Amino acid sequence: MSGQRGWPLWEVFVRARRGLSHQHVGSLHAPDAAMALRNARDVYTRRGEGVSIWVVPASAIAASSPDEKDAFFDPALDKAYRHPTFYDVPEGVSHL
Amino acid sequence: MTAPTTRTSAALVDYVTGLGDDALVLSHRLAEWITRAPQLEEDIALANISLDLLGQARTLLGYAGELEGGGAGTGRSEDDLAYLRDEREFRNLQIVEIGNGDFAVTIARQLIFSAYQFELYSALLGSADETLAGLAAKAVKEVAYHRDHATQWTLRLGDGTELSHRRMQAALASTWPYIEEIFDPADVADALAALPGIAVDPATLRPAWAAYVRPVLAQATLTEPRPNRRTRGGRRGLHTERLGHLLATMQSLHRAHPGASW
Repeated sequence: MSGQRGWPLWEVFVRARRGLSHQHVGSLHAPDAAMALRNARDVYTRRGEGVSIWVVPASAIAASSPDEKDAFFDPALDKAYRHPTFYDVPEGVSHL
Repeated sequence: MTAPTTRTSAALVDYVTGLGDDALVLSHRLAEWITRAPQLEEDIALANISLDLLGQARTLLGYAGELEGGGAGTGRSEDDLAYLRDEREFRNLQIVEIGNGDFAVTIARQLIFSAYQFELYSALLGSADETLAGLAAKAVKEVAYHRDHATQWTLRLGDGTELSHRRMQAALASTWPYIEEIFDPADVADALAALPGIAVDPATLRPAWAAYVRPVLAQATLTEPRPNRRTRGGRRGLHTERLGHLLATMQSLHRAHPGASW
């Protein structure tokens, strides 16, 4: 048992029920994928939160950098026409 | 339906108490790991297993108290049985008393015991006693996970580093002498004779137990020990010194403050 430095970090995704998508719920340490799944079961689904778990090595995730935040996200802020707010919703359409 | 005879009823109390004490004592042992496990994640895993066992113990001891009193709410409560009995009145197998030792000892104990409990509860699914069959239906799923948890760790420790292999092998050597007692029908002969179709002869569970455990050891590159000693008598109230220490810790609060509650 060499302490946490010896165990990689895993990101945990849980699907609450059929039909929903997996949601990121947190992370944990585990020696390998099989143990990460079991640890995730114990840490994140203790109260019946899920029907399916994914674990992903945190090192396998490519993340956008906070430094690039402006270039990545600001240009979208002033393009209101991308929001579907300029359409009239026909009467009687309940699931839109 | 005819009322059970006194002999049947006493045998059932004893049998159910034995199974309940197994779960209770092992639950306490695993709870001793809390805040001490090698990793936070493992801490939670062991606590989860401990709580599963505590739930089983509550059902079993509550049922034993009911049977003893002759109806719901009449006998000793689960708390009375857990906290106010002395060492010689406990009916658990000695394997659950084994000290936690290093992590490998805990895992070896857990592998042996949860593989046994899995076969036991699988067999109890067909018990003529509805409470036992009902408990088994719930517990067999919990124990399947306990067994898998112990298996995963046995594989990793046995087939891990030279040090982890050595310690896992040493853990097997120190826990294997407790196995004969688990499957020995002698200590539960009265229950088996008095409770046909209700109690399970532990000897019948051994082939399936071995068929599960042996391949795990082989895959983990571990050698099955051949101990030259064996334990006996837990079901008759004979225990190792360690149970006394465990009970002193477990019962001290309740005995100092009788009836204390949250």
